[in-house]
Amino acid sequence: MLPDIAIETKNLTRRFGDFTAVDNVSLIIPAKTIYGFLGPNGSGKSTCMRLITGLLLPTSGSIRVLGMNIPEQTESLRLRIGYMTQKFSLYDDLSVIENLRFIAQIYNLDFHLGKQRINEQLHAYELDQRSTRLAGSLSGGQRQRLALACATLHKPELLVLDEPTSAVDPENRRDFWEKLFDLCDQGTTILVSTHYMDEAERCHGLAILEGGKKRADGSPNQLMKDLGAQVVEIGGDNLRQLKQQLIADTNVVSAAQQGTHLRVLIDNRIEHPQQWLQQTFAELMQNRSINIVRPSLEDVFVHCTGEGRQ
Amino acid sequence: MFLTTRSTLNSLQRMQAIMVKELRQLSRDKPTFAMIVMIPLIQLLLFGFAINTNVRDLSVALVDQSHSEIARALVADLTATQVVHFVKTYQTPDQASKAITRGEVRAALVIPRDIAQRIGDERPLAQWLIDGSDTMVGSALLGLRNMPLTTLNSRGFATNFSTTKPTFEMSLFYNPQRVAAINIVPGLVGVILTMTMVMFTSAALVRERERGNLELLITTPVKPMELMIGKIMPYVFVGFIQLAIILGLGNIIFDVPINGRIDHLFFAVLVFISASLTLGMLISTVAQTQLQAMQLTVFILIPSILLSGFMFPYEGMPAAAQWIAESLPATHFIRMIRGIVLRGATLMDLWPDLLWLAGFTVIGLIVAAKRFKKRLD
Ligand SMILES: Nc1ncnc2c1ncn2[C@@H]1O[C@H](COP(=O)(O)OP(=O)(O)OP(=O)(O)O)[C@@H](O)[C@H]1O
Ligand SMILES: [Mg+2]
Repeated sequence: MLPDIAIETKNLTRRFGDFTAVDNVSLIIPAKTIYGFLGPNGSGKSTCMRLITGLLLPTSGSIRVLGMNIPEQTESLRLRIGYMTQKFSLYDDLSVIENLRFIAQIYNLDFHLGKQRINEQLHAYELDQRSTRLAGSLSGGQRQRLALACATLHKPELLVLDEPTSAVDPENRRDFWEKLFDLCDQGTTILVSTHYMDEAERCHGLAILEGGKKRADGSPNQLMKDLGAQVVEIGGDNLRQLKQQLIADTNVVSAAQQGTHLRVLIDNRIEHPQQWLQQTFAELMQNRSINIVRPSLEDVFVHCTGEGRQ
Repeated sequence: MFLTTRSTLNSLQRMQAIMVKELRQLSRDKPTFAMIVMIPLIQLLLFGFAINTNVRDLSVALVDQSHSEIARALVADLTATQVVHFVKTYQTPDQASKAITRGEVRAALVIPRDIAQRIGDERPLAQWLIDGSDTMVGSALLGLRNMPLTTLNSRGFATNFSTTKPTFEMSLFYNPQRVAAINIVPGLVGVILTMTMVMFTSAALVRERERGNLELLITTPVKPMELMIGKIMPYVFVGFIQLAIILGLGNIIFDVPINGRIDHLFFAVLVFISASLTLGMLISTVAQTQLQAMQLTVFILIPSILLSGFMFPYEGMPAAAQWIAESLPATHFIRMIRGIVLRGATLMDLWPDLLWLAGFTVIGLIVAAKRFKKRLD
């Protein structure tokens, strides 16, 4: 039986010289769910994943994956995980099917099972038309599908995907996520990193990373509920000017223009943001619409990572 | 029991996967493929021409059948030239020529019973049996034919011996026409194999790292030793292709004979290829970039050309250079291949070099596999 927790890290820290890439991160990732790492560039998502897969040694802290202590038991973990690196890491000078065959042999699938699995994967990832094309000549989306097909060839219990959709258009991204949900339904635990809010919102659980630190974690809904700020949309003219003036106030966490609105995050210290705005910026708020709206994940992200910047 | 067979089979399957992958990549890498053929071809033609240098301190044997004062004086004169250095004595010319075949000595001086008589008759005093396969050794010894007989004269043994008459009779074995190519070509096998084998594998792991393949590869169950062996195996075939080119063309263009047994030749080449590939693998675990790998390859290649006995006879080198030479696989191999191809020696005659190369391969592979961590840091 699988433990209910697929991945657990305690105070995980990794330094490169005197730079701390992952700083005291504790995570609990339940089995058979899709868990996301959301964070800007350089926030330590890849480093975290490499620590979890045993590719890097932690400076301190503990890691347990599928009931095994990492890095000590990394070798026994290898057969049970699939890992898709951020940079395409299959062989450009081998064809689609040759890459799949290589992976099948490396994981010791026997000849018939291997052949059958490869055909299944080619079909499932819509690569059967291109099975003899060199991997280097595939488009971004096709490559990602090939990489996923290879990572899931041996039916791993845990799938670690590092920014799998960074080079993929929105439609292919949607298809890709359908595949992930299929895999999850079949019992695979998936850890995925992303910069995209819409992707993060699809995850069952989520950790927001910034500067190597975990800023928040929980389900997307929970995170939005627990947001330490309220979201106000302000309409009207001269939004850019308005933004400059609002942002100067310490109670305003952030302000971002979205078409005809300015989306403003106001700290929870302020009980009635609408009234507060009208009182504090009486002149500026004349002839403007002010509406409180439901927070989005992006608001959560901005709020969490904004704190870090201050 | 079941488990061990199962895991051995798994291990073999993974090695085979790596090997097939390497072969595929190699066959699609046109420049490398061209190099496999062009390097031996060009080098063969370039080095087909002789290189001459002064030679000193050749190891030679003595067969003294006269046991006379004259013989001792002659040996003293020869030693004074510093060209030869007597290291062995044998009872019969036959024993001495066997020692030449084994490569223990380069030549043997046979002093006949009737040396005193010969001085009187103005016939050559003694006979040199020479391993002519190394033309530089051959010419150095041929030069002795007219050496000054200082000691002999001062002791009054050869006062009336005409200076225009040759002192020695010379028998050149293995390369009677003294063709340089005959010596160069087998040595060239050693140099070219060092160059290509070390070069191809020294970048093997670095290339995977630079292209980002390594991060995937080390998350799979593949073991370091399987990776090493799987990666070097395809190049064994490459090495044999090169061997065929060099010896084949050497035979056609330069009339280099193959005197020894072909199976012994193949085995010697196999062991040397393995040792060179292992050396490349070791470099690959040290180098961080392909450029570094290439620099380290050159670092190995230059002494392999200069010190291995390919260009200059081993005996003429200072002790320090000989020490370095002994630590290079090429030195051991060049000794072996010259023995087999030119003198018809067998592996039994050459076992110390064979053992050295085999030991180097095994230890080198273990060290390379140990050095290779399935980690990114
Ligand atoms: N091997 C290394 N040596 C030194 N610093 C490193 C190393 N690997 C990562 N870092 C640093 O650690 C930080 C986190 O890097 P990481 O790759 O984990 O970020 P990321 O969240 O995956 O970013 P991205 O979205 O750009 O992929 C970066 O500042 C990076 O420069
Ligand atoms: Mg990353």
